[in-house]
Amino acid sequence: MGAQLRVYTQKIKSAQTTKKITKAMELIAASRIAKAQARVAASAPYSRAITRAVSAVATYSNVDHPLTTEPEKIERAAVLILASDRGLAGAFNSQVLREANELAELLRSQGKEVVYYLVGRKAVGYFQFRKRASEGQWVGESESPTFATAHEISAALLEKFSLDASEGGVDEIHIVYNRLVSMMSQVPEVTRLLPLEIVEGMEEPGDNAILPLYDFEPDAASVLDALLPVYIESRIFNALLQSAAAKHAATQKAMSSASDNADKLITDYTRLRNNARQAEITQQISEIVGGADALSSAK
Amino acid sequence: MASLKVSVVGADQEVWSGTASMVVARTIEGEIGILPGHEPMLAILGDGEVRVTGEDGKKLTATAADGFLSVENDTVTIVAGNASLVK
Repeated sequence: MGAQLRVYTQKIKSAQTTKKITKAMELIAASRIAKAQARVAASAPYSRAITRAVSAVATYSNVDHPLTTEPEKIERAAVLILASDRGLAGAFNSQVLREANELAELLRSQGKEVVYYLVGRKAVGYFQFRKRASEGQWVGESESPTFATAHEISAALLEKFSLDASEGGVDEIHIVYNRLVSMMSQVPEVTRLLPLEIVEGMEEPGDNAILPLYDFEPDAASVLDALLPVYIESRIFNALLQSAAAKHAATQKAMSSASDNADKLITDYTRLRNNARQAEITQQISEIVGGADALSSAK
Repeated sequence: MASLKVSVVGADQEVWSGTASMVVARTIEGEIGILPGHEPMLAILGDGEVRVTGEDGKKLTATAADGFLSVENDTVTIVAGNASLVK
């Protein structure tokens, strides 16, 4: 076999192996999206109940809460970035990091200092490589986030939020994550978590639009006190779940196009190999004919 | 008799939902019993044992520590980060 032929065969084999891997990853991601989406759906009753309760308290009491009041001057802002632990997901991580950088630039132009909180190994790696500091890191469960992690993250953020800027606290908290719009598109989204935008009418309470006049136990202020951190927690948990679902969708998309590319490579190389084989055969024939001619003319 | 629509909701899923004739919960202020027709209420649960008596008299206990209880229009929602049923 000619050297050229062997090279092409090798390349075809390697493309085939790659395709096997990417195909498998695509199928795994596809099966996990359904699960991740089911988790997003399963957590919906919780966030709905919490949101409804928060709007109820906000509508029927005029309690000022530190979590809802806008500070006079915002000196430091925290940015929570939700990336994934693993790559091979197309633009998933780079788009969320790009969005976070844009946000940080905007905040800095407003004269705010920016501190980062990172979720996911990819975000941590990105920061380490650029030798940038971060206040908190959570890695290892970006694919199936647990409520305990959401609790931990929100506890850390709320603690910082309760401090004064002079003591190293933050006055504002933003969250950047990938939202799953559809299987084909995941959009990086920036939301300001704290201080809360005025809660009233933030979300439609549902079928019966008028909220009843509630009786609060023990009183409206302490109910709000207990509710708001839980609300933040549920928002973070929801963002984590969304990001996990988006990650699987992004992986599936990236891997399916990788498989397509491998297919294309295989076709191209097969054509080239056939060409080379044909050329080799042609050459052999002409050598034989030439040899035979030489022999017959020598007689 | 009217009945209560009860749902026990945890952070990652709805733990239980159904109809009941009575719900007894412990808030941070003390025990409270809720029958159909209760006024709208929002309360913080204490160490959160919630007892639900079904329409057929069957009893069910759920734990919902650090959660909330909201009542409106005969709908009782018990919300907690970690809610679970006690067998």
